[in-house]
Amino acid sequence: MKKLTVSASPHVRSSFTVPHIMLDVIIALIPALIASIVLFGFRSLLITAVCVVSCIAFEYISRKIMKRNTTISDLSAIVTGMLLAFNLPVTIPLWMCVIGCFFAIVVVKQFFGGIGQNFVNPAIGGRIVMLVSFSSAMTNWTAPLEWKNGLDAVSAATPLASLGIGSDMTGLPSLLEMFLGVRGGCIGETCAAALLLGFVYLLIRKVIKPIIPLCFVGTVAVIMLIAGKGSFEFMLYEVLSGGLLLGAIFMATDYATSPITSKGKVIFAIGCGIITAVIRLFANLPEGVSYAIIIMNILVPHIETITKPRPFGAEKEKKSKKEEAAS
Amino acid sequence: MAEKKSLGKEFTKGLIKENPVLRLVLGTCPTLAVTTSVTNAIGMGIAATIVLVCSNIVISALRKVIPSKVRIPAFIVVIASFVTIVQMLVKAFVPALDTALGAFLPLIVVNCIILGRAEAYASKNSIIYSAVDGLGMGVGFTAALCLMGTFREVLGAGTFLAGIQDLLVLFGDNVLGGWNGFDFNGALEFAGLQPITLFILPAGGFFVFGILMAVANKIADGMGKPKAVLGCASCPMAAHCTSKKEDSKCNKKEADAV
Repeated sequence: MKKLTVSASPHVRSSFTVPHIMLDVIIALIPALIASIVLFGFRSLLITAVCVVSCIAFEYISRKIMKRNTTISDLSAIVTGMLLAFNLPVTIPLWMCVIGCFFAIVVVKQFFGGIGQNFVNPAIGGRIVMLVSFSSAMTNWTAPLEWKNGLDAVSAATPLASLGIGSDMTGLPSLLEMFLGVRGGCIGETCAAALLLGFVYLLIRKVIKPIIPLCFVGTVAVIMLIAGKGSFEFMLYEVLSGGLLLGAIFMATDYATSPITSKGKVIFAIGCGIITAVIRLFANLPEGVSYAIIIMNILVPHIETITKPRPFGAEKEKKSKKEEAAS
Repeated sequence: MAEKKSLGKEFTKGLIKENPVLRLVLGTCPTLAVTTSVTNAIGMGIAATIVLVCSNIVISALRKVIPSKVRIPAFIVVIASFVTIVQMLVKAFVPALDTALGAFLPLIVVNCIILGRAEAYASKNSIIYSAVDGLGMGVGFTAALCLMGTFREVLGAGTFLAGIQDLLVLFGDNVLGGWNGFDFNGALEFAGLQPITLFILPAGGFFVFGILMAVANKIADGMGKPKAVLGCASCPMAAHCTSKKEDSKCNKKEADAV
């Protein structure tokens, strides 16, 4: 006999749960993972595996120590691990990956209360800690596809490092190569085609809304178009290089650290774009996507306050005060 | 004084229970700035302790003379005198420490621990108790700085007590055979590792500071008496309270929020 369970609302259960969303993100990241293996060899798979396993382990251990229920089954640790791995160069020593994962999961996520409570995107937090701590190892780029020739690693500059306003672009990979990811860089960020494939998948599954990625990339494109004095080639190189697409599609759209309202999302994304462009054009750092996202992540609570939607039918406070003064 | 205090307790309360850095969160600026190495931490701790003990003694002796309206300027004058003395001594005998600490040595004048103890303790208690209180607080401060310095130096620079000769120069040249601290960098390199630079930077200082504070709170909660729970009579929410529990088990968080 079937038991009659009487429970409080909500009664309608949707399949749109955290594990489902995370699974969709993982699926969307698979093309970029495959591209990274093709471009940089099996070591990129090894790095991804180490990051994923250590993220899961840290999540499990820290939840156990803090005497909270285990949350590894929501798959969020796997997403963090994959995203962090995609932000690392292929030559990175594995123990550094573990330290990055420790910061991402334990400090950024679990110290602040676990999933949904992290104050910045965990993967970016981990990446910045690694970038600050191991700056030489984190910027040790290798040329793509060289691993097939049996060479260990051929160091190469990223296009972003050699790209400057007015500099000639003859030494750079062609735009098609840039689009396919045949360039130096972090393992998961180079292949624009694979990232866009993941973007389309996330859009179809309605996991993310297109506002943040489009505004983010659009802002960078517009600023670069102006800075490059109308050169579309320069603008396209800027958009396709660095971690812009990876950051805009997968990291800036993190639910916990991006605004809720569409208006807030636009402000957030344009802010990310401006900071990225300013860092790339004027600062001493070659790449600014991760710093841009982390700064805007911290500003999200303030963006939420100024974009708080008005309840239907409520009057604006200022208006009523003016009316009072008039009467 | 109505209550008789034991000197031992006055001393030990500064170590963990009322540790100025980790429990009272005073003197945060020098704590974060000078703990990049243990040597600097020891130097800063000793300098602050000397100032703390001396100023506590003098302020306690003058506590009946100083009018309460101008007590803060009076305290500052006393503290500043001792800081000047200490600074001159450091410059004369340990010049390397003076270079390492830079502006933070004269800034002991405005260190909240010293002014805080003058205001909260020395201006109300007798000389001997004030001296012991200052010593306890100073030792607690030094211990906290050293602990932070140890984590930051070992993890961030791969050394321990590096540059200790700068301090040992007080006792003559080449004390301990010119030993100048441990250096793990060779061993780290051999193992394919390298120090985590973040810990030397201010951000890493905050991480270590936060974690140590959490640990100190845990220890202090464990060794102290169970927290006093306010009864309903003293609770500001009592008039609106819906639980009306007589055994004072009402939600204390709500009371705190008000």
